[in-house]
Amino acid sequence: MINIIVNMVSRLLRGIGSRMIARVWRLGAGTRLFMLAIVYSGESFRRFHLTLREVYFTGVMSLLIIIVSAFFVGMVLALQGYNTLQKYGSSEAIGVLVALALVRELGPVVTALLFAGRAGTAITAEIGLMKTTEQLSAMEMMAVNPIARVVAPRFWAGVISMPILAALFSMVGVLGGYLVAVPLIGVDDGAFWSQMQANVDVRADIINGVIKSVVFGVACTMIALFEGFDAPPTAEGVSHATTRTVVISSLTVLGLDFVLTSFMLVV
Amino acid sequence: MTSNIVEIDNLSFGYNGRVLHKGINMAFPKGKVVAIMGGSGSGKTTLLRLIGGQVKPTKGEVRVNGQVVHEQSRDGIYQLRRSMGMLFQHGALFTDLSVFDNVAFPMRELTDLPESMIRDLVLLKLNAVGLRGAYKFMPTELSGGMARRVALARAVALDPSIIMYDEPFAGLDPISMGVICGLIRSLNDALGATSIIVSHDVKETFLIADYVYFVANGEVAAEGTPEDLMQSTLPFVHQFVHGEKDGPVPFHYAAPDYRAQLLG
Ligand SMILES: Nc1ncnc2c1ncn2[C@@H]1O[C@H](COP(=O)(O)OP(=O)(O)OP(=O)(O)O)[C@@H](O)[C@H]1O
Ligand SMILES: [Mg+2]
Repeated sequence: MINIIVNMVSRLLRGIGSRMIARVWRLGAGTRLFMLAIVYSGESFRRFHLTLREVYFTGVMSLLIIIVSAFFVGMVLALQGYNTLQKYGSSEAIGVLVALALVRELGPVVTALLFAGRAGTAITAEIGLMKTTEQLSAMEMMAVNPIARVVAPRFWAGVISMPILAALFSMVGVLGGYLVAVPLIGVDDGAFWSQMQANVDVRADIINGVIKSVVFGVACTMIALFEGFDAPPTAEGVSHATTRTVVISSLTVLGLDFVLTSFMLVV
Repeated sequence: MTSNIVEIDNLSFGYNGRVLHKGINMAFPKGKVVAIMGGSGSGKTTLLRLIGGQVKPTKGEVRVNGQVVHEQSRDGIYQLRRSMGMLFQHGALFTDLSVFDNVAFPMRELTDLPESMIRDLVLLKLNAVGLRGAYKFMPTELSGGMARRVALARAVALDPSIIMYDEPFAGLDPISMGVICGLIRSLNDALGATSIIVSHDVKETFLIADYVYFVANGEVAAEGTPEDLMQSTLPFVHQFVHGEKDGPVPFHYAAPDYRAQLLG
């Protein structure tokens, strides 16, 4: 009897242990890939057209979804904000509310979430498939380093695209908020813009937002690249890896956002 | 012995502890076309990977130009690979690049040739495999045999001194087959290269190979010139050359008794 219980407990512990080790191992392997991508970055800048091509695929291809989402997010923000603000008789502050919400939080975070779903999955699937069809092996056999040629340009493309996309998101969001607040609801045009101008700070709001989106860019792109690189070379392996990219990226972005925000508010 | 470009010395290897090669010895002299033949899953592709340094042997060594492959640093291995060209079993074309860009890839990555010269060279290589007219296609628009011919053009893009072909004849029509056969031989002789062909097509391989190794059960089961092997009375060679189901090489992967398995 005791034997059976001891057996069960030890099996449980072993299960937890091996899962933990697998997680830690993946974290280590991911960090290693990140380091290698940095070390072999030279070519991404020397032959910048390689990186530009990936900026096109990750950035430009995400433009439409980013712009449309931003427009709706801005409009909803204005509706909800006005609803609350007018109770306190300060509906002119709607511009500030929309701008701050977008620049500080929603711009970087929602952009990163959309990026993970649109560009991240594409990166994972592409790299996973390149591995499955031996393209990475073939590259290695040609004495071309896949990390320098495939991983690094995509990494930098992601890091470059993310802040630009987030800035666009905020811009379009403000525009959407304006359209709802001023022509639709009838908030004063001058008050909308002047309050926004007076209360949005370059360092505390805009720079911090940019810092966030750069960090999210590094995280999302690296996760997508690692999942593709690490995917088992089968159709099933690649599809699981693609799913993991979205799940892990989203959780990482939300977690990092909390950490970064708390640092920024304290400092 | 010094004229051997590639030497495999008492090589053992296995994936995840499952032994695949048990003490293999092979020599690939300069200027020769040498074939490695063996059944499906006998580890032929893996042998090419060992030569290219993509996997490390558990025992023994592979020497390329006298240098032990698995003792090289990353840069050393890349240096060795610059003299190698490899045709992958499934082509392994870069799916995001056109046929032209695939063949140009090694030239653009590893040389400083001007674009105009790269263009001429690519068209030359594509012409050799009969696909100059398909230079604009993307790999997904090619048939399996066409893709392999493009991959062949890419493998020899930089005129390597060691050319490895993994199943160059699989999936080709008889006309392409003859052309590719002749191409492998003439490329080898024109470049003074050393060619290693992995194949199970006895007829074509015997036609162009100078020397043939048979691998079975992780060992070199027989070796010799095609003429010798045709005459061979070794049961294994006889079975393989004449494609017989019954013989020392089992057609079936190790399995329990069929009847017992069916009856559960
Ligand atoms: N990456 C790998 N990990 C684990 N096992 C592998 C791996 N690659 C190949 N194997 C195993 O090694 C054995 C030999 O594979 P290999 O591809 O070298 O065979 P092959 O002789 O080229 O066969 P074929 O003629 O079918 O191409 C197979 O049983 C295969 O299951
Ligand atoms: Mg094979």
